[in-house]
Amino acid sequence: MKSRWLILALIAVAIALPWGFYDWQHHRHDGFLISVLSQTGMMIILALSYNMLLGQAGLFSLCHATFFGIGGYAMVHFLNAAGKDELPVPMEFMPLLAGLSGLGLAILFGAMATKQRATAFAMITLGIGELMATAALMFHHFFGGEGGVTTDRMIDNSLFGLTYSSGIQVYYLIVAWTLIAVALMYFLTLTPLGRMANATRDNYERAQFIGYDPRMVRFIQFALSGFFAGIGGGLYAITYEIVTFDALAAPLSANALLMAYIGGTTVFGGPILGAILITLLQSGVSLLSNSWLVYVGVMFIGMVIFAPSGLAGIIQAHGPIQRAGRLGRLTLPYLRLVVPTLALLLGFVGLVELMSFLTIGAAQDKKLVLFGSAIDVHATMPWVVASVSLVVGALWLRFEAAGFHRIWEHLSAEVRR
Amino acid sequence: MTALSLRDVRKNFGPTEIIRGVTLDIAPGERHCIIGPNGAGKTTCFNLISGRFPISSGEILLNDQRIDTLPPHKINRLGLSRSFQITSIFHRLSVFENLRCALLWSRGYRYSFWSPLWRQKALNEAADRLLEDLNLATRRDILAGLLSYAEQRALEIGMTIAGGASVILLDEPTAGMSNTETDYAMALIRRVTQGKTLLMVEHDMKVVFDLADTITVLVYGQVIASGPPASVRANRAVQEAYLGALEE
Repeated sequence: MKSRWLILALIAVAIALPWGFYDWQHHRHDGFLISVLSQTGMMIILALSYNMLLGQAGLFSLCHATFFGIGGYAMVHFLNAAGKDELPVPMEFMPLLAGLSGLGLAILFGAMATKQRATAFAMITLGIGELMATAALMFHHFFGGEGGVTTDRMIDNSLFGLTYSSGIQVYYLIVAWTLIAVALMYFLTLTPLGRMANATRDNYERAQFIGYDPRMVRFIQFALSGFFAGIGGGLYAITYEIVTFDALAAPLSANALLMAYIGGTTVFGGPILGAILITLLQSGVSLLSNSWLVYVGVMFIGMVIFAPSGLAGIIQAHGPIQRAGRLGRLTLPYLRLVVPTLALLLGFVGLVELMSFLTIGAAQDKKLVLFGSAIDVHATMPWVVASVSLVVGALWLRFEAAGFHRIWEHLSAEVRR
Repeated sequence: MTALSLRDVRKNFGPTEIIRGVTLDIAPGERHCIIGPNGAGKTTCFNLISGRFPISSGEILLNDQRIDTLPPHKINRLGLSRSFQITSIFHRLSVFENLRCALLWSRGYRYSFWSPLWRQKALNEAADRLLEDLNLATRRDILAGLLSYAEQRALEIGMTIAGGASVILLDEPTAGMSNTETDYAMALIRRVTQGKTLLMVEHDMKVVFDLADTITVLVYGQVIASGPPASVRANRAVQEAYLGALEE
């Protein structure tokens, strides 16, 4: 199996990557890299647990961050208790407690939400999300209000005698728990419950007439997905040692949806891809541009319209052609897409950035610098160049895409024969 | 002892009464066909029996046990299984997975999230045997949504009988099929419902008079005749209401 090698390679990269950027002179890890990698791990858990609902059970939930957040808040209190020697649990098992907190809350809210289907279900979860966000600001004792709650992760209780004082130790804890969570979630897809979740997604009614109560299937699936989200939140708390409102508010729920959808909800590994991509964008592009959220948003809309099966779905669609050994015949058509795509992207990014520098940039007293020379955002030329690039790129891409489509259809038909 | 019995069952949607007091007794092992013109309430009857809609008044008994207050999944667990007039399968799961899902509950797996499916040897073998029975073995790993119409109908029948229910309700299993396909489907139905009680809605009169031990004629939500094929054919009311075309 090829995917087995891919998984092993991913694990190897996750373990080795921090050492590729190790500063041997000062004996220091690259803090930024470790932080990005740690964040990726938690987001993988969040996105995959969300896809237990969206992709596998057809449940469009809008409150997934609730369970991530509660895992985080609970973890802060667990760590504080452990710091006072009131909770004799080694650090390595702590995320499990956070997961159980997520599970508990998901049992409560899942019982409410899974009473209904489709739009009504989505609306109930929207209500739950808002309810929890409000609660987080109201109940200071547990949630700490706007400032959130803080903790110290050095609880001096570890199976391996680790202190977790450095980011790299925490990172490996995250790697380990991410692997455990991913493996368990994959296992779930191969059990009667996982399969019936698919079945109720495809045909709610039919499931009833083969003896299953589809509401019960969805309730259990919902509760379990809350468990995993809670683990992710627990890792978040360990990493940042502070949990605020952001960890359970609607934007994070939306992020879970974004990651799962862009990565691809129809393939198990899709959300992993989405989580990696979005986290990289979030931490990489956000340094370069004020408008990174615009790019994520446009990408999401583009995916919904043109590739509803996500990145993983696009890759999967190449499977039959690849197995027939004809992937090579797509090289030239793909190459022909490159230039118009770049023109379109450059034009779009150019316009967005010009606009951004005209407003936010001016307020921050920043100047747009390209290739070492400052660009005057008030001049006409840059706007014209960007607009022309966008329009020409779009028209050209449309033309090339039609040609690509013909070749693709032709190849697919050939392979099917 | 009856396998299935309806006692003065009524159903109204708003002010309109669709089923107007149906009483019916079906003996174990009987092959019972319901016929009637369009809109007579045949499919509604099935929906009431299988628990898809609640009844307005009356009683429905399965093996002498009241089922008219139970939800569909509980009725199914008591041994009554139905198919749908419009094919109802899990279209994004493979043919094999569809059948395996239909087997799960009756084999006691319930909502298990701890038993890996690939290790359930008896279950997987049963699903494969069922595939053979349905002549779908070559289509095993294809998504059910991609099957041809006749194949989907066969799969639907397979899913209906998979759980080992003793009472089988088939809603127009041969609708939309060619003559050869109908013959094939009927042979399949005979084979897989052997020894079971069969209640079937069917439009094809040749099929009905060929298969049924008892025929019930439903017109405007009421039973106007019920009995062996010969007596139903000879019944004047039936001829007037429905079978006129058969008289030549």
